[in-house]
Amino acid sequence: MPLAPFDLPLKGGDRLGALSRLHMPSHFGGGETTKFDGNGGEDTTMTTPSLSAILMAPINAIMRIIDAPLRRLQKATGIGGMAAFFLAPNMLIFGIFVLLPLVINFVYSMTGGTAFFLSERDFIGGAQYSRLFECQNYLDPMSCQEDAFWTAVGNTFWFVVLQVSLMILTALITALILNRELAARSFWRAVFFFPVLLSPVVVGLIWKWILQRQGLLNFGLYQFGMDPYTWLTDRSWTFAATIGVSLWAHMGFYALIILAGLQAIPKDLYEAAEMDGTKPARVFWRITLPLLAPNLLVVVVLALIKSVQVFDEIYVLTGGGPGTSTLFLTQYIYETGFASALRNPGLAAAASILMGGVLVVLTLIQLGIGKRGENKGKR
Amino acid sequence: MKTRSLVAGLALALLTSTAAHAGDVRIMWYSDGVEGEVMKDLVGRFMKENPGISVILDNVAYSVIKEQLPVQLEAGNGPDIARVTAIKELSKHWLDLRPLVKDAKYWDDNFGSQADWMRPDGSNQISGFMTQITLTGGYANKTLFDQAGVPIPGPKATWEDWAAASKKVQESQQVPFAMAIDRSGHRITAPLLSYGANYVGSDGKPAPLDKGAKDYLTKFVGWADDGTVSKDVWVSAAGSTYRAAADDFINGQLAFYYSGSWQVANLATKIGNNFDWVAVGSPCGPAACTGMPGGAALVAVKYTKNQEDVATVMDWFAQEKIVKEFSERTLFLPGHKAVVDKGGLDFKSDNEQAKAALNVFVESTKTTSEAALKLPGWRWSDTVYAAIVTRIGQTLAGELKIDDAFTRIDADIAQKVKDAGK
Repeated sequence: MPLAPFDLPLKGGDRLGALSRLHMPSHFGGGETTKFDGNGGEDTTMTTPSLSAILMAPINAIMRIIDAPLRRLQKATGIGGMAAFFLAPNMLIFGIFVLLPLVINFVYSMTGGTAFFLSERDFIGGAQYSRLFECQNYLDPMSCQEDAFWTAVGNTFWFVVLQVSLMILTALITALILNRELAARSFWRAVFFFPVLLSPVVVGLIWKWILQRQGLLNFGLYQFGMDPYTWLTDRSWTFAATIGVSLWAHMGFYALIILAGLQAIPKDLYEAAEMDGTKPARVFWRITLPLLAPNLLVVVVLALIKSVQVFDEIYVLTGGGPGTSTLFLTQYIYETGFASALRNPGLAAAASILMGGVLVVLTLIQLGIGKRGENKGKR
Repeated sequence: MKTRSLVAGLALALLTSTAAHAGDVRIMWYSDGVEGEVMKDLVGRFMKENPGISVILDNVAYSVIKEQLPVQLEAGNGPDIARVTAIKELSKHWLDLRPLVKDAKYWDDNFGSQADWMRPDGSNQISGFMTQITLTGGYANKTLFDQAGVPIPGPKATWEDWAAASKKVQESQQVPFAMAIDRSGHRITAPLLSYGANYVGSDGKPAPLDKGAKDYLTKFVGWADDGTVSKDVWVSAAGSTYRAAADDFINGQLAFYYSGSWQVANLATKIGNNFDWVAVGSPCGPAACTGMPGGAALVAVKYTKNQEDVATVMDWFAQEKIVKEFSERTLFLPGHKAVVDKGGLDFKSDNEQAKAALNVFVESTKTTSEAALKLPGWRWSDTVYAAIVTRIGQTLAGELKIDDAFTRIDADIAQKVKDAGK
């Protein structure tokens, strides 16, 4: 029986003697009969009972009861079967709560009508999809039948491109700075990570109160003699605000991942570069960046996937923004499917399948990168 | 033997835990002002008089009633009773109380004139009753008008008169906003009707926007562009989300606020003595000087498991003395014919301005147009409201030209009618 960390050191024969008077069932200690040695447990082939052994007794009992049928199962199905058996509960939950709704949603997107339940809707094939794609000019949302959808797609596209690139840039710079020997480095690392811990609704509300007409920002501007401005009723500034708020809320998370990647770079490379008298910029481009590349790629894909799904902060901050300037895909799906009085759940289902398609592509890219990394390691 | 009793015990436990106890009635309630507290008090009194029935009052935000309740009802769930504004649109979910209430004739006599607002076309069921009849109307910040030296326009003043007067007040007093209307299709329908708009086509389905509607909407967008009408409220959300401009008026930053009678209690409580304010009825247009009637109704939901208990609760709250007390304490206009006819409501408010405002609203009910009275009972009203709000919001934000907005509004409504026609 392996010694547990909290084994009591047994000294002297008295304790042993006292223990030996306890009635221990024969299966205690993993099925071996423990022989009590009067020498204080020197006998290495025989185990002496300890506190952990006593605590484990009921668990061992249960395990022995389960052991028998499982052994029979393993004999019948083999190791592969046992793997399936242990994966089954999780797969069941995954299947019921993820795969089944996905399939239902896909079927739903091919139905029409106003009833909510699938059984009461009419099958119309790809009509919802063709309605979404009915456009004279894909670059001009207003020429489309579902202009809100294409506005949301356009907004999401620009948000993703701008937010991810700015995010990676700021996270990289922050991580590089945090990697240096700063005073109170742990404090600074915590400070940058703090916004990540906040709930998205809290983030949205805080910034709404700062940016609104009578918010903190205008108050500050007024104190400095500048004119206050209605930031959240200006379409461009509101869009910029959504990117900024999203950056502020999530940058710490990616900075942390990149920081971990930076710390994994061996120090002797930097020492060698220093001995050669390499310029810092060259050190960055030739040593740091290439070795950080796999880490950065993962961060990029993660950030892309997360930014396509943006909703919480923005909905609280702008509610879709002046007009529809900060209406993103998730909010469009929510409003079309549920919230609006002009709701059309079939259309929302079709839009969500399309959005899911984009995310699947991004995820496959990430898996591909991961596989390539694995194969590299195998060499 | 052991497993059987185990299974039986489990089944019993499941039955008791998931089934609604006989005698449980859930009411989903939202408040504009103080109604929540008044209801809580009344519910307590009801339960004392009816110890067998336990009433649970869920106070929720208005957005839950607007956005989440319809989904719950579509799924066949929801509370037992709810306070709802979109009563016609959701009328297929309401319980027919006619066979369940004690005296159906009492209900017909006192609540009959609004019964159509909450039942499907052609049906004769009793779904519930109006917790209040509301009327849209304007509020003016009297203090600001006095300080600016601008006389408050009279009862026959038009929308243009009000726009001009508020603009003068805004310039003189340096307040951020001159006029504001809630971000609501129902609210803006009142001036549209005053300009002669008619939503209902000859076949009972929505007609395209006519000249009256287009005239006012063009004016409205023009006022927003030149700063007379506050853009903030309409531009601060997307889609058909509701936003009230009450806070700006309460903070004394708005000269003229077009909302409705349900705000009286809210304004009285929040403004207090900070400034003088008056209710001014609805400004006139070329066709009428009308406001839009409306209100929230307390309706019974079809999917309830305790139909008799629900009927008992509804009967109790529909009593004349309870309706009278509710109206007096919440400063609402009652929807009960006998209470209205008898008059003499003693509104429980120390606030003289609130009492005066309520009397103005009672007077304004006399100028409500025929079209306005019919709209709450028309099943497509909410569709039209949502379309107008969505597209005009976009126009005010500069995303749509006004003519495109009109085309889009007609298209949105037609699409919804087509979808529902299946």
